[in-house]
Amino acid sequence: MAKSAEEEHPQKAVGWAARDPSGVLSPFKFSRRDNGDNDVTIKILYCGIGHTDLHNLKNEWGTSLYPMVPGYEIAGVVTEVGRNVTKFRVGDKVGVGCMIGSCRSCDNCAQDLENYCHKGILTYNSAYYDGSITFGGFSDKVVVDHNYVLRFPDNLPLDAAAPLLCAGITVYSPMKYFGFNEPGKHLGVVGLGGLGHMAVKFGKAFGLKVTVISTSASKEKDALERLGADSFLISHDPDQMQAAMGTLDGIIDTVSAVHPLQPLINLLKTNGKLIMVGAPDKPLELPIFPLLMGRKLVAGSGIGGLKETQEMVDFAGKQNITADIEVIPMDYVNTAMERLAKGDVKYRFVIDVANTLTC
Amino acid sequence: MSKSPEDEHPRKAFGWAARDPSGVLSPFRFSRRATGDDDVTFKVLYCGICHSDLHFIKNEWGFSTYPMVPGHEIVGIATEVGSKVKRFKVGDKVGVGCNIGACHSCDNCTKDLESYCPKVILTYSSTYYDGTTNYGGYSDIMVVNERYAVLFPDNLPLDAGAPLLCAGITVYSPLKYYGLSEPGMHLGVVGLGGLGHMAVKFAKAFGLKVTVISTSPSKEKEAIERLGADSFLVSRDQVQMQEAMGTLDGIIDTVSAHHPLLPLISLLKSHGKLVMVGAPEKPLEVPVFPLLVGRKLIAGSATGGMKETQEMVDFAGKHNITADIEVIPMDYVNTAFERLLKADVKYRFVIDIANTLNAA
Repeated sequence: MAKSAEEEHPQKAVGWAARDPSGVLSPFKFSRRDNGDNDVTIKILYCGIGHTDLHNLKNEWGTSLYPMVPGYEIAGVVTEVGRNVTKFRVGDKVGVGCMIGSCRSCDNCAQDLENYCHKGILTYNSAYYDGSITFGGFSDKVVVDHNYVLRFPDNLPLDAAAPLLCAGITVYSPMKYFGFNEPGKHLGVVGLGGLGHMAVKFGKAFGLKVTVISTSASKEKDALERLGADSFLISHDPDQMQAAMGTLDGIIDTVSAVHPLQPLINLLKTNGKLIMVGAPDKPLELPIFPLLMGRKLVAGSGIGGLKETQEMVDFAGKQNITADIEVIPMDYVNTAMERLAKGDVKYRFVIDVANTLTC
Repeated sequence: MSKSPEDEHPRKAFGWAARDPSGVLSPFRFSRRATGDDDVTFKVLYCGICHSDLHFIKNEWGFSTYPMVPGHEIVGIATEVGSKVKRFKVGDKVGVGCNIGACHSCDNCTKDLESYCPKVILTYSSTYYDGTTNYGGYSDIMVVNERYAVLFPDNLPLDAGAPLLCAGITVYSPLKYYGLSEPGMHLGVVGLGGLGHMAVKFAKAFGLKVTVISTSPSKEKEAIERLGADSFLVSRDQVQMQEAMGTLDGIIDTVSAHHPLLPLISLLKSHGKLVMVGAPEKPLEVPVFPLLVGRKLIAGSATGGMKETQEMVDFAGKHNITADIEVIPMDYVNTAFERLLKADVKYRFVIDIANTLNAA
């Protein structure tokens, strides 16, 4: 007999959950495990909202389990640590991203690439080691194995730093892996949303020249004046796109809608790299000839390992990089999801959990 | 008034050319330039037939010019060298591949990547710096700028060595560039034709484990027993493909027909690389999710620069790597193209130019 969500674990917890693929969220009582020897319990102060939350809430990938408590850009303070935990103390400002477990023995885990482990456990909508389904950060507290907790530097405001844990690492990781962290290179960023605006910020911090590629002319001013991008291309303007052909060393493509790749491939120099970090749910058309003629490549990348995530957070601390956010109360979340579906946010919603989550 | 092919240059030449997109070849008189200061002139002994020749003679890519003398796997003996030529002397064994010129000032050219120069000059179906038409290796002599000639090691037979100049470099270059040349790595090779069989040979020489992926079960014996592949997957056999999922560090895909990429992407380990060296005409479908989840990539590669081509030929010399060929007389060439279209060759036709190309 399966226990109810409230009875599954010993510690009471509250959050907001979706019950079905309508994706509509509402108050939800559930429970968290006791803090084990290797665990850290975190009082959640803020949680960012990512587009993946939207995909999951509406079961767009066919893998959703309900009730679902989303949220994997979690920022808060430590309230309890297990006796094997040495890296964190009560009161520390910490975060949790997309993953809270992995096998810890495969090649990928051994190289600090837990995000590519075939047995990776996601922060929500996943089965934990004990078989229970994980619930995410749209909630008052979370209990996490210390290996999956990140420390925030003191100088970063927690609300604006929360999105580093998914949006931040999702662009930082491929920028490093594919060599777009060296001054002088020219990077394109497709889509100016949660991921895109972080890519611009990291790109400028790395000393790159950055061109934003977008369908929305209205974003140009912000891109250039506030985010510091060097130039802006309207992707459906054939003259602009033509003039920019063969100018980019790389492109970070954050767009998850189906879109044509050929115009982006054409923007690349020889040996250029188009890195997909958005996940269209249908296959895209890939013209092969241009890849051969320019020795170009199309790659994918998904979040990052824990070691690299901590490195990214520390880098963000040194460079004072945080997300541009709109803080919302918990009960605004359904409206926020509707606005997110239309790209109507500059550039990440963050839920003020501690002050507004009531059940 | 443009001159006729015979009058364009001072030196008589003879070859076989296609006159139109039917692609049928027949005897053709034309001419070659005099040996310039930087040029090497050589008597052509052999020329390999590449699938690209087939695409070009039938104008499948839309930019063919006629009359067209194909051939870009050309080998012979130097008969004259210009006054500034440093690397070659009369009597040397010389080869020419897919390119005979470039701008020499762009980023790519300065990095010895002439094949990626936006102004690269192909060996045939193109125009030279002086505006004259370029004719390829199905002919009796070639005159080439020294930079685009390769010196063949003495130990390599010229007929079996000719395909190195296109098929060889086309697979060697990406194996090195994409880091698929470390002993112990596991490489997949899709398609066992001219390119595919060379990929198996080079990969074994690099110390890789090699799995051939093919639609033809009949090629398995050869692949394993003669070419030295370690294993063979029939791509239509779902059970085999399933079992092999996540086992390959990289794949060299030589197939230019339209084919699904997802089964190949699934064969890759995390961080694996699918390298396309065949050029399907129409776009292929790429599922993006598997790329994200495994940090995998799909890349393209085409021939290689001249420095690397020489390096590849030298490596082939050290390891005694040549192509498996069927030598044919010049007048068999139209039949050879029909057979090539059906992939009925193990694994490259090479025309015995010196002995069978007869000026009428």
